[in-house]
Amino acid sequence: MRIPILKLHNYLLISIQIDLDDQTAIQFQEDLLSKIHKSGATGVVIDLTSVDIIDSFIAKVLGDVVTMSDLMGAKVVLTGIQPAVAMTLIDLGIHMQSVPTALDLEQGLLKLRQEVEE
Amino acid sequence: MNLRSSVKIQQEWDIVGARQIGRDRAKALGFGTVDQARIATAISELARNIYLYAKNGKIVFETIDDLQHKGIRILAIDCGPGIDDISQVMEDGYSTSGGLGAGLPGVKRLMDQFEINSEPGKGTEIRTVKWVR
Repeated sequence: MRIPILKLHNYLLISIQIDLDDQTAIQFQEDLLSKIHKSGATGVVIDLTSVDIIDSFIAKVLGDVVTMSDLMGAKVVLTGIQPAVAMTLIDLGIHMQSVPTALDLEQGLLKLRQEVEE
Repeated sequence: MNLRSSVKIQQEWDIVGARQIGRDRAKALGFGTVDQARIATAISELARNIYLYAKNGKIVFETIDDLQHKGIRILAIDCGPGIDDISQVMEDGYSTSGGLGAGLPGVKRLMDQFEINSEPGKGTEIRTVKWVR
């Protein structure tokens, strides 16, 4: 299964709408990095509104993809993390403090614009 | 009423299958959305441990529904290599697989009861319970 990555001007937009298994998550990581490379995108929004579970593996993959994209020169913002997911992540002891987040897609794009312009 | 069912963990996709069953069970029992997410996440961690370290095992779901209590019991059973030092795997950040090391200590925090029995060379059994509040 592949997660679609949409391009909008200099940004890439991703909305994850499936229950992520490990393989799909790893595939997504690769797809996103190669898309950043090909498109020269400077910002990425990954929207997690429809994701109702993030376990430690998916959290690691998401955290890694933020760091990897950053290394390539693209800023990533995670948006739409559900209340239940946020609570579960803290129970797991995963704080994701170095990961930029925003309430929703709109706020995420605003945050990206600020970060990219800095 | 004490419904019991189990799902085998043999391939990676089984992790997703197990947590979906767990979530449906939790929902049917009357758990709220946050506890449903906690239970499903705990199952995901337990099932991944089986897949990563034992290759083969099962997750057992038991519905606890008597006069005093209502809840779900989740067992993770495998015949893998077992755990040498249980206190070590219960430490936050300890991992031999390059993961975050959040798995077992995380499961303990996500659930209400947590018990682990492991014999090196024989296997591991983890028993957890979450009560409906």
